[in-house]
Amino acid sequence: MTAPMLADALGPRARRRMRLISVVAAAAIAGLVLAAVRRLADTGQLDAARWEPLTQGAVIRFLLGGLLATLRVASLAMVLAMAIGMVLAFGRLARNPVVRVVTGAYVEFFRGFPLLLLVLFSGLALPKYGVDVAVFWYVVLALVVYNSAILAEIFRAGILSLDKGQTEAAHALGFSYWQAMLIVVVPQAARRMVPAIVSQLVTLLKDTSLGFVIAYPELLRRARNTGEFFQNPLQSLFAAALLYIAVNLALSRVARRLEIRQRRRYGAGAITVAGAEDLTVTAVQSEEAAPEGPG
Amino acid sequence: MRLVLDNADLYLAGMATTVALTLLSFSAALVIGTVVAAFRVSPVPPLRTAGTLWVETVRNTPLTVLMVLFFFGFTKLGIQYSAFTSAVIVLSAYTSTFVAETVRSGINSVAKGQAEAARSLGLTFPQVLVRVILPQAFRTVVAPLGSVFIALIKNSSIASVISVVDLTEVADRLNNDTARPVAVFLGAGMAYLLLTLPSGFLVGVLERRVAIKR
Repeated sequence: MTAPMLADALGPRARRRMRLISVVAAAAIAGLVLAAVRRLADTGQLDAARWEPLTQGAVIRFLLGGLLATLRVASLAMVLAMAIGMVLAFGRLARNPVVRVVTGAYVEFFRGFPLLLLVLFSGLALPKYGVDVAVFWYVVLALVVYNSAILAEIFRAGILSLDKGQTEAAHALGFSYWQAMLIVVVPQAARRMVPAIVSQLVTLLKDTSLGFVIAYPELLRRARNTGEFFQNPLQSLFAAALLYIAVNLALSRVARRLEIRQRRRYGAGAITVAGAEDLTVTAVQSEEAAPEGPG
Repeated sequence: MRLVLDNADLYLAGMATTVALTLLSFSAALVIGTVVAAFRVSPVPPLRTAGTLWVETVRNTPLTVLMVLFFFGFTKLGIQYSAFTSAVIVLSAYTSTFVAETVRSGINSVAKGQAEAARSLGLTFPQVLVRVILPQAFRTVVAPLGSVFIALIKNSSIASVISVVDLTEVADRLNNDTARPVAVFLGAGMAYLLLTLPSGFLVGVLERRVAIKR
């Protein structure tokens, strides 16, 4: 798809040469795959005995239960992080300097924190201070604290990306600050934020696997258990990876669909925010998504 | 705070490991990522497919899963490395997908006329890419690559899952010994901020020096 950018339509000689190179490249890749399969077979990892447990109903239910736990943590954390992130974003844009400084400090502090440290902290430190809740909540808390900071930056960037004339026009029509913000600014800004938000949600979903370290029985933990029980860590973890990939690809697909539709309808570009790995990728995808819409 | 200062040597050693993990993985990820990006824009269909597959599978798997899969799963294939080396390999692979996507966006942002001009001068595809497109592409993606770098500093903490003794693992062990989690983890968090904040600043400086705005 991107190829025509760097190479013109090929002439007959170049086409022949490209076919040759393609065949060589395909052969090289096939060779690599073959070597990997040979390695798997030689070490006995392709034996039916190692894969068979993954076809047992009980094991499948066990793993899918893990996936469900992952999705439960992720969805609750997503909703809470979005709500708190929105409040934080308003705080950073507030006219009151105290509110601005406090929310700004929160965002800058937790954005630079590794999430794993927060998970360990909530799972190991809070119980020491008399907080006694299910592990589920420690994972949710860590995810919400971290992601609300990142999402706040996304919301803020989205709101700031809107032309100032929108707010000014709203004020000129007699709207109050909050009326202008909620009726005029936020609905327009939201459209530009969609791809960045969804890609952060994909990151959040992947990050639920950190619940592993404080023994929350999510997908990764259960895949590890399965691997230890049946002596097939490679196969069990492979199955877990496939489940994660399937869910994340589905989420990304939805994001792309939304983004293309938004673009076609409103012609609004996406925003980008520094500091979060997946967001750079969103920027990439939105650049490509543009010419794809028909017409 | 006393506790952190008393164990400053442990924290510094952990920080050194975190820095080493980050720098080694980022260098490798830059190389792999650029090659994958080149694959993805090349006129050779099998290479394009291979590049896309690499990016989509590795990027969509949680880093923790990759780490555990490589360290505990791949040993069964006779692929066995020390925890540190394993962590570098996994972090490089994971980060390479983000580098690849970023570099690709840079390549796509270079004006079309550049490639056309280079081709009309008779340069081949690799020459066009390496001599004309990539030098310009890199300069446009300094800031996003900086974001990837900072994310990598934070992601390197996941190496502690396979007990590499980085900052996070130092804090975890110190907490086990002293049972003073607040001081211990706050200390580690501050140490991470000591790494991420200056990095953000340096990226900003670098960007002003070399970046081209488009």
